[in-house]
Amino acid sequence: MTDTGDQVKKPLHPAAASSQAFQVADIRPTERLFDDPEGRDRLEKVLSRYPEKRAALLPMLGYAQERNGWVSDESMAEIAGALDLTPAYVRSVTTFYTMYNRHPVGRHLIQVCTCISCHLDEADEVFERFLSETGTRAGEISEDGRYTVIEAECLGACGFATAVQVNDRYFENVTPEKVPAILDELD
Amino acid sequence: MGYPYSHDLEVGTLLSRHFGNEKARTLEGWKELGGYATLPKALEMDPDAITEVVKNSGLRGRGGAGFPTGVKWSFMPKEPSGAHYLCCNADESEPGAFKDREILRWVPHLLIEGCLIAARAIRAEHVYIYVRGEFFPFSAILRDAVVEAYEDGYVGQNILGSGWNCDVTVHLGAGAYIAGEETGLMSSLMGGRAEPWIKPPFPAQSGAFGRPTTVNNVETLAAVPMILAEGADWYRQWGTEKSPGTKLWCCSGHLERPGTYELPLGVNLRDVIYEVCGGAPDGKKIKAVIPGGSSTAMLTAEELDCSGCYEGMAEAGSALGTASPIVMNEDTNIVQAMRRIAQFYAHESCGQCVQCREGTSWTAKILHRIEEGDGTVEDIDTLYHLCEQMTGRTICPLADSVVFPLLSSLDKFRDEYDALIKR
Repeated sequence: MTDTGDQVKKPLHPAAASSQAFQVADIRPTERLFDDPEGRDRLEKVLSRYPEKRAALLPMLGYAQERNGWVSDESMAEIAGALDLTPAYVRSVTTFYTMYNRHPVGRHLIQVCTCISCHLDEADEVFERFLSETGTRAGEISEDGRYTVIEAECLGACGFATAVQVNDRYFENVTPEKVPAILDELD
Repeated sequence: MGYPYSHDLEVGTLLSRHFGNEKARTLEGWKELGGYATLPKALEMDPDAITEVVKNSGLRGRGGAGFPTGVKWSFMPKEPSGAHYLCCNADESEPGAFKDREILRWVPHLLIEGCLIAARAIRAEHVYIYVRGEFFPFSAILRDAVVEAYEDGYVGQNILGSGWNCDVTVHLGAGAYIAGEETGLMSSLMGGRAEPWIKPPFPAQSGAFGRPTTVNNVETLAAVPMILAEGADWYRQWGTEKSPGTKLWCCSGHLERPGTYELPLGVNLRDVIYEVCGGAPDGKKIKAVIPGGSSTAMLTAEELDCSGCYEGMAEAGSALGTASPIVMNEDTNIVQAMRRIAQFYAHESCGQCVQCREGTSWTAKILHRIEEGDGTVEDIDTLYHLCEQMTGRTICPLADSVVFPLLSSLDKFRDEYDALIKR
């Protein structure tokens, strides 16, 4: 079964501003986050939900990645400025969390859960198959820029092993044999 | 019904009734199914009366610790001197657990209603639903449900004309298991590294943003509307005296029918594994079960006749945890499985406490060495020593989480360790 996190097209409700998917194929690389109305609107809506500015940090790091595909030093500095935090503090938070990419990744970030329940299934074989089919080593971007394959800790889909996350989508009950079809489905 | 399978032993009328029914995801469909019928009642009740009903129901926290929910609520100040917050813990990331995601994606409005009733009881003005980042498809469903609830007046200002205001915000994590620990969750919510803090101060005194806060699990809050609607005694018709009600059991590993099932607490664990989930596939025997998610002590196939409730699993020498049995068949290499679990905790240690940071990573390294056939007899002693050093000496229970399965695997499957060492 596959669910997709489709975005609603109407204006973003403030209650939803801190929960936008930040691992997406459709990235729009941008030099600065808050120079356009969209960025300023997101910042304002996120800030409206918390009594302290600092709480907007994770949502804004997510926003940087949603736009750029990763969180650059420039984005961290810009977010630090917007939230009255030091760049060093922002870096300490960014690097604590595994989902913020500190380097660009392929358009499709493929994360194979190899934690215990998936390990008991065929996760290691699924992971190897993704690497061989994409011709990459773990963490590399494939030559055509389409794929990066990494191992993930528990994705919370243990009853549907092996679980694979591709950007904001889940693929479940994945076997090594199903890997080529999944790759074909991704543009 | 459970998902994706169901079974006669299930009590399918409570949390899981509408699992698999897409109609339940929209506000319109949910109202047709009888949703949001309890909120008006809660709005007319005194907040403390709501807490009293939940206290009497005996509902216990479904996130693993099993603390009585009504008692937790009663710790909140009765005369607010400022903002109170409710944090809904949807950072489901215990290996083996995948129950909260079924609530998020099938019955998001049930969770929202539960959050609002709880917020009313603890006099909170804002509910933060902290969902693990990876759950994009499920947080999107919840997020859309929250927006719909705002548009229809169930959330926000002057809810249903009552004069009561309460906001709900869906907040995404970014990949940190430790954000599932309640103080770690609040650290993360406030824009920090998800580092737990020493209690006291307890969240009810000083939690999110330094204000009185209650943190409850998704499954706990989702049970609240029906408890309030039907009463404490009704809820107590299921479960045991000390563990009333039903529980979502999420079963994974070597099983014929893995999935999430809503079963009464006190169900026999053997029945869960063999009757409900059909035992191991391909006629294999079961070697071991980690009954409550990866942080609980392993049981052998001979030890499965125990009562699946908080006190029953403790008597069996393990814990109910999140009721997430991980089943391993006769072909499983226990040392390898244990190494994989230790590797998880080593990866997820926040690094504040030496015992945990060093203990989890050395545990994983030593287990890997033994698995590769390079272990020594002394390694076993070192593992026991590490377990001793890691237990009860840290800010949060993450270090203990690796000790429980590790100690039990050493005690119960020592022959497998010895065989690899002698190889």
